[in-house]
Amino acid sequence: MSNSPSNLRYTKDHEWLDPSGTAWRVGITQFAVSQLGDIVLVDIPEAGRQIEQGEPFGTIESVKSVSELYMPVSGKVTAINKALQDEPELVNEDPFGEGWLIEIEPTDKAELDPLMESDAYDKFTET
Amino acid sequence: MERKRTPLWDLHKQLGARLIDFGGWDMPVAYPTGTIKEHKAVREAVGLFDVSHMGEAYLRGPRVREAIELLTTNAVASAAPGKAVYTLLCRPSGGVVDDCIFYKRSDTEFFVIVNASNTAKDLAWFREHTHGLCEIEDVSDATALIAVQGPRAVALVDQLAGGTLGALTSFTFADAEVAGVPCVAARTGYTGEDGFELACGNADAPRLWTALVEAGGLPIGLGARDTLRLESRLPLYGNDLDDDHTPLEAGLGWAVKLDRAFLGAEALRAQKLRGLDRQLAGFKIADDQRVIARHGYAVVDRARGAGEAAVVGTVTSGGPGITVGGAIGLAYVPAALAKPGTPLTIDCRGKDIPATVVSGKFYKRT
Repeated sequence: MSNSPSNLRYTKDHEWLDPSGTAWRVGITQFAVSQLGDIVLVDIPEAGRQIEQGEPFGTIESVKSVSELYMPVSGKVTAINKALQDEPELVNEDPFGEGWLIEIEPTDKAELDPLMESDAYDKFTET
Repeated sequence: MERKRTPLWDLHKQLGARLIDFGGWDMPVAYPTGTIKEHKAVREAVGLFDVSHMGEAYLRGPRVREAIELLTTNAVASAAPGKAVYTLLCRPSGGVVDDCIFYKRSDTEFFVIVNASNTAKDLAWFREHTHGLCEIEDVSDATALIAVQGPRAVALVDQLAGGTLGALTSFTFADAEVAGVPCVAARTGYTGEDGFELACGNADAPRLWTALVEAGGLPIGLGARDTLRLESRLPLYGNDLDDDHTPLEAGLGWAVKLDRAFLGAEALRAQKLRGLDRQLAGFKIADDQRVIARHGYAVVDRARGAGEAAVVGTVTSGGPGITVGGAIGLAYVPAALAKPGTPLTIDCRGKDIPATVVSGKFYKRT
């Protein structure tokens, strides 16, 4: 049913990663957004921290629930999407675009290997 | 176990609602509109809620008033026919079995609507404590309930009822026909807005719902129902009310008439005399904090010691104040910390977050 962009890579925690360019952009997927409902708060500490793959880099709160956000690969957070402070709804409206969360400088590009391609991720969310 | 479905389930599916398990029922938590817009639509226009999962029963008989008198904390039995009365059902301990609305049809017949998740428990409670004084008919499985709420709700329902319902005052009800469907129409709700709750037979519910949608009502999910009721400081059983807290602690003393004899009256009179140790307080999270304090989070006073020793209270409900802004909630705290303006510290997933006690409702309609 879902059609995730084929240029991105995906985690089982429903983060996406754009591995083009030097800074890799990270967000959450359309599937995640549809499960969470309306996002009301995005809380991501300032850029500059080094965080390991699978460790939390922030939290996202919908009306009904709170979820941790996990690093898809290890790296240094080089930017956070400041627009989300005042407009968390951007995550709902455009999760693969304007609703991106952070940019990272990856430590080891080989960590990308286990991340799913879009067709595998779409299959993963169907089951 | 298969989730139960209301008679409007197919319509919710067609509308693209996200359905979740709510007390064993497959219920719409939000429509594609989304909770925030749904919440605002109820504050600014008119929304429709399928609350058919709630339980309904009739209590009847020549001695039904005696039975009702015993069950209810509020003055239900003595109300005038045509009145709807909010009340608690209490245990002898003063703890709360449920909160509900009784509709007095006559001195020999009352209708009651109870919380969905408590229906079986409440019906058993009624049977156990009415001692054969009345006949109890559970009509939950045959009855649908649609709430129409918002500043345009009364005009909308009145128009579909041929102008017969606009004159009903708050907390009264009448038998009516809305869009040709026979209903019990009550000027009540759970959103802080004006409106009606319409009870009808299951078979008629899709027709009534569709007429209300066509007349301009926006379908609203349970997500917004929760944010709306929290802003208006209406308690939710299982969160803010339970066996372990009394209505006095919950700030519902106005619905407890202590000059009467009812289940829990002695305990509540004694508690009132003693004074309250703890109270349900409304709080607002400090504006610079990006967090919602949710159900179950601890209110702490670090001066009292480390770990569990610091816990002085518990958050019972928390969420975004969609109309009032910020993050709001309710918490049981020691009476000394319940005064408006008191600073609180809430442990939000390991982080101490400042909040302030606020008085009254977060949102009050003008």
